Amino acid sequence: MTLTIERPVESAAVPAPQLEAAPEIAGAAKTKELVIVNWSGDLDKVWPVLILSSTAAASGLRCRVFVTFWGLLPFVKDKERIVGENWMQKMLTLMQRPGIDHLKLSKMNFLGMGPWMMGSLRKKYGVASPRELLDAATAMGVEFIPCQMTMDMFGLKREDLIDEMGEPAGAATAIEIMTEADASLFI
Amino acid sequence: MTLVAINQLVDAKGLSCPMPIVKTAQAIKSVAPGGLIEVLATDPGSVKDFAAWARTTGHELIEQSVDGGIFRFVLRRK
Repeated sequence: MTLTIERPVESAAVPAPQLEAAPEIAGAAKTKELVIVNWSGDLDKVWPVLILSSTAAASGLRCRVFVTFWGLLPFVKDKERIVGENWMQKMLTLMQRPGIDHLKLSKMNFLGMGPWMMGSLRKKYGVASPRELLDAATAMGVEFIPCQMTMDMFGLKREDLIDEMGEPAGAATAIEIMTEADASLFI
Repeated sequence: MTLVAINQLVDAKGLSCPMPIVKTAQAIKSVAPGGLIEVLATDPGSVKDFAAWARTTGHELIEQSVDGGIFRFVLRRK
């Protein structure tokens, strides 16, 4: 049996592979957009959210972060220790201290030993802290949108959250900005 | 050898990802379009990252070198 393999006729007219970014459509130089849903309040999840959002803003993208569920607690003002209106809401923040400087690891937390070691390694290798990254992100225009439903359920008022947070919104807003964005992530 | 005037210097030595990029993005705002910015970094990942950042932003990476573990980048503002 003979196999015949047909190959396209090579010619000089075949264009070279396009290595550079595709040219923008004429007259539609739209700013690229990244949307991140920040769901987790863990150090090892909030950290990449802040790294990616600050880098997106540094790269000239519009970046919006929809902050929901456990992800909202790191954005509570640091001076607040216990927040919430009823005892159940207060229990939440008693067990998970809010604020960007008090994040726990999702694994190997070991009663705070893990984050402490992570902090030492961070300093040793010149890695920016979540607070430094949050300051850079807000300074460069990353928009943080708190989830209204989570705020209600956790008993968080607008003034409990850091001043840089935008107006609270809901799932329909999250869906709208995600579908409009060039890339969206749920972290 | 050509002499070029650097308008702004960013010392990002000792800083890890993404701070060399973040600091450069903040500093390049004070450079006029067409002006040059020089960045010094020790993060080996910055070699790939500055090339990617230049492609994303449209700023031009006109020179890069390494000397004794210090990476040097010269970019022209879009």
